Amino acid sequence: MNARPLPRRTAARYRIVHETEYRYSSSVSVSRQAMHLAPRACARQRTLGHRLTIDPLPTYRQECVDCFGNPLTRIEIDHPHRALLVVAESEVTITARGDLRDPADSPAWEAVAEHHAYHAGRAPDAAVLEACRFRADSPFVRAGAELIDFAQPYFAAGTPLLVAVRRLMHAIHRQFRFDTEATQIATPLLEVLARRRGVCQDFAHLMIGCLRALGLPARYVSGYLLTAPPPGQPRLIGADASHAWVSVHCPRNGWIDFDPTNDVLPDLGHVTIAWGRDFGDVSPLRGVILGGGAHELDVRVTVLPLS
Amino acid sequence: MTPSSDLRTAALLGQYELDPARHHELLDARGELRAHWRHFMTGIERGGAAQMRHRLDLVARQIRENGVTYNVYADAKGTDRPWELDLLPQILEADEWQALAAGVAQRARLLDAVLADLYGPQTLLADGLLPPELIFGHDNFLWPCQGIVPPGGRHLHLYAVDLARAPDGRWWVVADRTQAPSGAGYAAENRQIISRAFPEPFRDLRVQDIGGFFRTLQTTLQRLAPAAAGETPLGVLLTPGRFNETYFEHVYLARLLGMPLVEGQDLIVRADTVFMKTLDGLRRVHAILRRVDDDYCDPLELRGDSALGVPGLLAAVRAGRVLVANALGSGVLESPGLFGFLPAVCERVLGEALRLPSVATWWCGEPPVCAEALTELHRLVVKPAFPSRRSEPLFGPELGRARLAELRARIAQAPGHWVAQELVQLSQAPVWQRQHARMPIVPRAISLRAYAVATADGGYQVMPGALSRIAARAGARVVSMQRGGGSKDTWVLAPARIAGAEPPQQRPLGARDIVRHDDFLPSRLIENLFWVGRYAERSEDTTRLLRVVLSRYVETGGGAATPALAAALDTCRHLELIAAGRPVREALLAAVVDDAAPNSLAQVLGGLLWSASQVRGRLSQENWRGLMEIQREAQALARERADLGETLDLLNRVLLATSALAGFAFDDMTRDDGWRFLVVGRRIERLQFVADVTAWLLRHRPRSDPATLEWLLELADSIITYRMRYVSAPQAIPALDLIVCDPANPHSVVFQARELARELQTLDARFDSACAERFAAVADRLDGCDLAALEDSLFGDELRDEAARAIAGLLEDAAATAREVSDELALRHFAHVDVSRPIVSA
Repeated sequence: MNARPLPRRTAARYRIVHETEYRYSSSVSVSRQAMHLAPRACARQRTLGHRLTIDPLPTYRQECVDCFGNPLTRIEIDHPHRALLVVAESEVTITARGDLRDPADSPAWEAVAEHHAYHAGRAPDAAVLEACRFRADSPFVRAGAELIDFAQPYFAAGTPLLVAVRRLMHAIHRQFRFDTEATQIATPLLEVLARRRGVCQDFAHLMIGCLRALGLPARYVSGYLLTAPPPGQPRLIGADASHAWVSVHCPRNGWIDFDPTNDVLPDLGHVTIAWGRDFGDVSPLRGVILGGGAHELDVRVTVLPLS
Repeated sequence: MTPSSDLRTAALLGQYELDPARHHELLDARGELRAHWRHFMTGIERGGAAQMRHRLDLVARQIRENGVTYNVYADAKGTDRPWELDLLPQILEADEWQALAAGVAQRARLLDAVLADLYGPQTLLADGLLPPELIFGHDNFLWPCQGIVPPGGRHLHLYAVDLARAPDGRWWVVADRTQAPSGAGYAAENRQIISRAFPEPFRDLRVQDIGGFFRTLQTTLQRLAPAAAGETPLGVLLTPGRFNETYFEHVYLARLLGMPLVEGQDLIVRADTVFMKTLDGLRRVHAILRRVDDDYCDPLELRGDSALGVPGLLAAVRAGRVLVANALGSGVLESPGLFGFLPAVCERVLGEALRLPSVATWWCGEPPVCAEALTELHRLVVKPAFPSRRSEPLFGPELGRARLAELRARIAQAPGHWVAQELVQLSQAPVWQRQHARMPIVPRAISLRAYAVATADGGYQVMPGALSRIAARAGARVVSMQRGGGSKDTWVLAPARIAGAEPPQQRPLGARDIVRHDDFLPSRLIENLFWVGRYAERSEDTTRLLRVVLSRYVETGGGAATPALAAALDTCRHLELIAAGRPVREALLAAVVDDAAPNSLAQVLGGLLWSASQVRGRLSQENWRGLMEIQREAQALARERADLGETLDLLNRVLLATSALAGFAFDDMTRDDGWRFLVVGRRIERLQFVADVTAWLLRHRPRSDPATLEWLLELADSIITYRMRYVSAPQAIPALDLIVCDPANPHSVVFQARELARELQTLDARFDSACAERFAAVADRLDGCDLAALEDSLFGDELRDEAARAIAGLLEDAAATAREVSDELALRHFAHVDVSRPIVSA
């Protein structure tokens, strides 16, 4: 999602409505879905309320936490239906990111890569082991020579990690066009790289791929972005969309978010839902249906700032 | 160096080159027979060339008849290839085997414990004993399985290890197979065939029985399966389907273990419980022995693009409602990168030294190790650390300087993705070559795949035998079935102190154990059996019709068509068997051989073979043999041919083969639901065909000449009966009586209707349907059919034609009923056979 960053405040409160509607051309006899639609609690974000409404009523519903610690709802509908409507309503508060110390003050990127590398007999600390989950290839992100070539100019020897990552983010923002027509889910990274266009998901995958190819842990964050309506126009309901960005692990600062689509460090305008290795781990709705024929999909997201 | 001639076997070994740089299974360093081979070799020598030829034929025949095959992926048509089995077994002596088996069992215990740790507390990672990159970077480390404890804490139920013997005579581990090891079924099949070829040496040498291994697998799955008290657990074998390279083995194992063979679409998950779809509805499944790869098992939580798995399976596993063997995610240990870490891991986890050494392996993810590997690259083999990156091994000695440098650069870019490994000079086993009758034994590289199965008490039992695989060519570096290698039976001799190994006895079954009803037919199987029935009959019908037309066409010598031939050609056009407007000769040939032409014989046979292959597990040996015969004829069909006489001859052979198949089906199969649907399919097809053709003739050729009636009788396979009864040229009324109304003629329309009514009654009672009475009504109407109206009368031809049209109407109704009931059966019993589709929303 493309957007203009908002003026800086210390806290924000949002009400988010995320509606997903499937209409099938013929009857679906069985449907099972796994949904990442509830905001994840994290250092700067608290959930004040969350409600998930599903029509038709699921035969079976289970609330759990996935392997990356994200809230997950699994449902099963085993009676015939021609449409599926899922409405997630959430209210969250976010506090502002404490100012990063000077990015130049972070360790050299090679030192960070080395910090996460394996050495026989050396026991990694818990944070490093956790970060290593996000350092290897994953289904949507395969590191390759092309990614190293793309990233190399921004990772000169000895460059402080956060400086280099910021340069990489700039480069993606500058060199790639945001184009909703350009890609589908699961567009191969190399294709995105070659065509220089894509959507937030592709840019996040690309940036993660570059970082991992260099031996740096990077994870995929999915969530929402508060967008400012065009000047002089009211906020449109349902005009927003899901968003995705990147988080990088720095031994000194912990995980730090970067949004290559908007070339910003996420702050009060980014609402986190879940994180994982890539889109596949955290897709809002993932399901398998029996029957159904062709389907139409409507997704409507509204992020409303509350005073 | 050639072997020394301590025996008369010297003649057999005249071609055997004794490479001193390798270990030889048969011969020692001086070229003399090893002690445990002497008895066997002496026996061969004594038996002479004729006996060996006889044995070779026996082996070849059994492979053909049992339909033992192996699919080669690279093969353009993906066709089955006959299994390559060498006549000579690999023979291993008792003491050597005991040490090896202890090593295999220990390794299985170790890997099971490592899996429990990786999917549990991950202390091996936290303590630095295993690199996270090797685990988290592996496609078969399944994150959603983190935290799942499988039934009994067991992850590894069936384990296989590939072993190679180095020049020093020791066995080294080359690869671990932990997710769905293949080959145990082939080992059993090899044993069955080779032990029959050498009954005396097999008995004299006291070869250990491998049957107990499979019984243990059965018992373990049964004991560990999460069944409620008093409930008999149902286990199934999950196959990716017939295009898998080892599909034959899945069929064979399913029979051996007494488990239904199912595909992903046969199973469904409801409320975290796995069910099999059967004709009678859903049946709970407690254990799944899978041959589907880890990440393909559940499109909901694992690979979304998998059509092979069962949506929701992981949730059922997580809820502890089903046993999956091996546990999902166990494939993560299939990585040569782990080899170097196992000795320390074994000390930590088991508190023991690792018994079986692995081939020296450098995982490049660790900088100092990588540096060492890069300098030694020219003498090593380089492989991907993750087998899902399907790249071929690269042999350092075969690469020039430039390509070595290129490879070094590639490794440096993603070092953790690569391993370098010591090249093993594989030991050589004797192989029998048919084409060298006088000096038939030559050496070939051999490797051994050994198997271990979890026992209910927590240990592992090693199969006293193995799948031995041999290289296709002399001097080959690798042994691979995919590359055209072959296999051997593996004889492990019984220790001297144990009396000759008798196969363990099975529990005697009493009257209370009698089972008369097979509950476990997946509906997909039934659907395919139904189609086997329909296609088999359609093949026969099409063949008969084409034979009628072709023989008449040949008789006219290409001149003007007789009325009988013209009627037959029009019938073909009506059935859309030949295209209107196409030259007759060309159209007829196309109707036989062109598999792109709709309704052609080639296409119908293709349909028959396809549906039959879907139910291969259910077909008897005889059925299968009949099908192989048909397949041979179908292949003969595909060859270019313009000679009509030859084509006719071919049609005769196809007819012979298809009617033989029909005989097997009626006599050999158990009268269960599968059989019932097969027969129903056949009768529906036959009713439709005979009714349709007869009705068409009655409408369009109401005053047919005897020659036309003759071929009509031939189509309904009733010409002989007619001749016996009437001893004259065919006439309309008796001919129609025979093929429409005679309740004793198994080809008559009324006979089909009565039989269908009878078979469907059983189903109607069970499923509250009303198919039987519809056919009973058809039969009743046909009984009332008034053939007298066709007699010559004073009122002339007009009235007689009208009577013919009335009978045609009756037959058309009969055919329509058959079509409608066929659809109804499909809807009711098969329609839930539907492929699920994944959907991801942004």
